[in-house]
Amino acid sequence: MFLNMDAIMRIDDLKKNYGSVKAVDGISFSISEGICFGLLGPNGAGKTTTIEMMEGILSPTSGKVYFRERKIDNHFKQKVGIQFQNTALPEFITVRETLVLFRSFYPNPRSLDEIIDICSLTDIIDRDNRKLSGGQRQRMLLGLAIIPRPEMVFLDEPTTGLDPQARRNFWDLIERIKAERTTVLLTTHYMEEAEILCDQIAIIDHGKLMEIDTPGNMLANHFDGALVRVPHIGRQDLQVEGSTYQGDCLEITTKNLDKTMKELLNTGLNLEGLTIKKPNLDDLFLKLTGTSLRS
Amino acid sequence: MKKFTAIVYARTMEFLRDKGTFYWNLLFPLVLVIGFSIAFSGNNNFIFKIGVIGEPQGSRVSFLELSSIEIIKYEAEKEEIIEKIRRHQIDMLVDFNEKTYYLNNEAAASELLRILSSDELIDYTELDVTGDPIRYVDWLVPGIIGMNMLFSCMFGVGFVIVRYRKNGVLKRMKATPVSPFVFITAQMVSRFIIVILTSVLVFAGTNLFLHFVVNGSYLLLLFVTSLSIFCMISFGLIFAARLKSEELASGLMNLITFPMIIFSGVFFSLEGTPKLMQTASKFFPLTHFIEASRAVMIDGAGIIQILPHIIALSVMTVIFLLTASVLFRWE
Repeated sequence: MFLNMDAIMRIDDLKKNYGSVKAVDGISFSISEGICFGLLGPNGAGKTTTIEMMEGILSPTSGKVYFRERKIDNHFKQKVGIQFQNTALPEFITVRETLVLFRSFYPNPRSLDEIIDICSLTDIIDRDNRKLSGGQRQRMLLGLAIIPRPEMVFLDEPTTGLDPQARRNFWDLIERIKAERTTVLLTTHYMEEAEILCDQIAIIDHGKLMEIDTPGNMLANHFDGALVRVPHIGRQDLQVEGSTYQGDCLEITTKNLDKTMKELLNTGLNLEGLTIKKPNLDDLFLKLTGTSLRS
Repeated sequence: MKKFTAIVYARTMEFLRDKGTFYWNLLFPLVLVIGFSIAFSGNNNFIFKIGVIGEPQGSRVSFLELSSIEIIKYEAEKEEIIEKIRRHQIDMLVDFNEKTYYLNNEAAASELLRILSSDELIDYTELDVTGDPIRYVDWLVPGIIGMNMLFSCMFGVGFVIVRYRKNGVLKRMKATPVSPFVFITAQMVSRFIIVILTSVLVFAGTNLFLHFVVNGSYLLLLFVTSLSIFCMISFGLIFAARLKSEELASGLMNLITFPMIIFSGVFFSLEGTPKLMQTASKFFPLTHFIEASRAVMIDGAGIIQILPHIIALSVMTVIFLLTASVLFRWE
């Protein structure tokens, strides 16, 4: 468990059961103020259930959620901004009208001009909110999330389905929010995104917390040196130092690349498709969860 | 208040800009009123409607057994039945207990009925009533407007909130500081504005062509309409309280609205129907709206005469609202 004293948010032994299915099974962690915290896990790992309990949308079966060391209540909703993975809005109204509607819900909202500026909404401000592209819609939804000048924003897979350009534009928006010292809780399927944006990440799978640390520490703890990968080897009986198997793929983490390559050549394996690279979060994911994030 | 007005505005715009729904709400009742008024405007006098009080004493009255005569047995106040003759809603009333019969001399049927009955009601006293006829369309228009109100309230609030729940709008609202009370009240007020305006427009629009009889107060008519709209919206909220499936909500609403339309006397009078059906109809808000508005429009009734309907609508509104508020969940 990773706890700290300057936490803005803390969850304690959070559980959520749906009948006999344990969607979240005793997760505890805390999030320091002002950081971007990534909550990662494969599909069905319990990310959205966890984040929705933290948002106060779902009631936990057991466990506690604290915001600034107080249990979350209705007042909490004035201090956070939320962007759901899937959301719908009243239809037949423009982006401007949508923002005006949501501004009315908060006691001290950002000005419309400020939201338009931060989320680059000028071009679409008078467009029907149903007629936006994926990227434009996500920008508008982020605009809604930052209306209350939140101390913390929850972004649940905000870039899923966006093209690379729109995704990168969205990262810039998140960086702007981070620059205001707003704490960000981000879930994502894109490891590159997590590596770039997140100061700290938690990996969950099967409703349990697998690991929590900074991306750098996590990689250093699990990978010492280069990662050699040989696809489609069709056997799992090779005895090469540092080797693991991911399906029919052989992975070797090594500090001594020359020695590993010689050992591989000596096995007589077909090495077609062999790759050597610095390990990243994708690799860590495969190692921890045994599955690809996008599967 | 800022939250409330913003939600009312958003919901009202959502309706007004949805052109298909907007025009349907206006055109549907207009087409129904005009269609029915054309279909039932012919002078079909082959069937006489005769009201009777009590049973014939002594010999049978054979002209009442003719197949072209519809008999309605009354137990109501005699004055109410006489009013029906005055309005040409029935052609004759025979009171076997008091050995009298009533005819409206201004009705075309009265002469024929006098001849038909002359041999058999010899020792009966004829009492004459006068009054202009009420056309079917005058009688129909409160029913059609009421039916349109019912659909608009039930589906415009109940169905829309179920849709909001299914597609995630309610979840998004739950994530804001907006309380369910403010959100639901705003939905009600928005729908009230829409329904009252469309009802007035439909009434005024059809009146341009059909020139309805309005013998009572327009203000009272507006009051009854407003109260009924709130009652029907509250009824719709019960369906909106929990359901997540639009298909289920639609099915349940149809299950309720169609019997209500049939048994509330939208198109045809419930007179002559089984007592149980008439009693059951008193539990429908639509029945009270239709009866109260017909009383105001046709009979020129005042607030005292329609007070039972006003009380019934008010009580139902409170019961529906309490039930909906207890049952309501964002998700």
